Amino acid sequence: MSLVTIQGAAFRHSGSPVLSGVDFSIDAGEIVTVVGPNGSGKSTLLRGIIGALKPCEGSVTRAGGLRIGYVPQKLHIDPTLPLSVRRFLSLPRRVSDGAAEKALERAGAGKLSGRQMAGLSGGQFQRVLLARALLNDPQLLILDEATQGLDQPGSAAFYRQIEEVRRTIGCAVLMVSHELHVVMAASDRVICLNGHICCEGAPEHVASAPEYRALFGSGTQGALALYRHEHNHSHGEGCGHEHDPSHEAAE
Amino acid sequence: MSFLDDFLIRAALAGLGVALAAAPLGCFVVWRRMAYFGDATAHASILGVALALALDVPVFGGVLVVALAMAVVVSGLTGRGYAMDTLLGVLAHSSLAFGLVAVSFVPGVRIDLMAYLFGDILAVSRMDLLVIWGGALLVILLLRWRWNGLLTATLNPDLAYAAGIDPRREQLVLTLALALVVAVAIKVVGVLLIAAMLIIPAATARPFAATPERMAVAAMAAGTVSVLGGLQLSFSADAPAGPSIVCLAAVLFTLSSGLRLLTRR
Repeated sequence: MSLVTIQGAAFRHSGSPVLSGVDFSIDAGEIVTVVGPNGSGKSTLLRGIIGALKPCEGSVTRAGGLRIGYVPQKLHIDPTLPLSVRRFLSLPRRVSDGAAEKALERAGAGKLSGRQMAGLSGGQFQRVLLARALLNDPQLLILDEATQGLDQPGSAAFYRQIEEVRRTIGCAVLMVSHELHVVMAASDRVICLNGHICCEGAPEHVASAPEYRALFGSGTQGALALYRHEHNHSHGEGCGHEHDPSHEAAE
Repeated sequence: MSFLDDFLIRAALAGLGVALAAAPLGCFVVWRRMAYFGDATAHASILGVALALALDVPVFGGVLVVALAMAVVVSGLTGRGYAMDTLLGVLAHSSLAFGLVAVSFVPGVRIDLMAYLFGDILAVSRMDLLVIWGGALLVILLLRWRWNGLLTATLNPDLAYAAGIDPRREQLVLTLALALVVAVAIKVVGVLLIAAMLIIPAATARPFAATPERMAVAAMAAGTVSVLGGLQLSFSADAPAGPSIVCLAAVLFTLSSGLRLLTRR
């Protein structure tokens, strides 16, 4: 039984189509990474899965009573809003001190309980977001570029933390990332997205797929890579997007 | 004979009701950067006064309906082409202007426009008191009931969705509470100063709070002191009551900001 099943879904963002013809599912315990250039619809896919965005075509089905832990891309906390870490964890549902401590411990953010959210470093902040996502004992943990703004060692440490979390509680993990070399090895499945699903499969399969290489080049080390999308592969009927034969964007 | 016979007691109770409801709502107005939104809703309410007088219905009802309509229009127009502050600037001032023109067409007794622009807290009747406290309690209960959902939606809409909360519904709750506060506050501070009762106590409370709840409680305290002190000031200096209350609130804000600057060093 899949946790989430998406069939033939298309999503729009303020009127313009972002994603089309998406078929996707994630099973219990799986680690799935979504990669794709900026504007390829990665966040849109995640927002569709958590229910923030309704598909304009097709369907998104969540397993009954599915518990989702969501770590947003970034969270701006207005400086006028006083919020301690402990209070943040009790939003929207009050949790016991014990549960809060346990979640912080698991996320590698022990001892931060009394701090103000606004006073945390980038890495601490992300760990607190992770801790909050772990509170409801999620079956599916969703991370939207959770390491944005962290340096390389910081994000590597954060991913190690996520792997450990998954080992402990056995949840499925769905994440969006740029740091492919860090992420891909740990993934059961990688989905390469660019307005539609370009290719998907085991990390080794995707890494060698021409579609993936076309999107990310062959030696991406997380540094500046020139994104050159040569559209020489076929998508079949009704994928609903046109490509300029060769467009470029700095990625 | 009862203690409610004293107009000053009635005034104090009316101000207290408004301060206690406006303070927690004002915190959300500050956190969500809706200050201008509050202003627009309040300014539109003068149109409600005109309509209520023309149709011979209670002013409270007219104001409530117009404030609600205004708030719904603003929420609906959000993100449709114009920048929010432009949109609110247009709506706030044009509705105030339309209201002022409409009031001048109301036949019959000449109404005291000043009373609606700046409030007439010293003329609060027992019936007014009932309406003010009824509305204020409703606002406080509404905010208390939805508090965690409101806070989550304020932090991040996607975080709310992931927790099964619809942020648009929470926005509607705030809109309703705002219309209610405007409707009950018009008698106390008038349409031009309602936004002050929302924002200033909340801003005053910020440096003293480590959690949202403490900020709301501190804002209630600041609002209460402003109302009681402002009335005292107005009585002893023979100054207009509504503006005196807001003046005291502004002084408290200045003190609180100064204190924050000092403790930061």
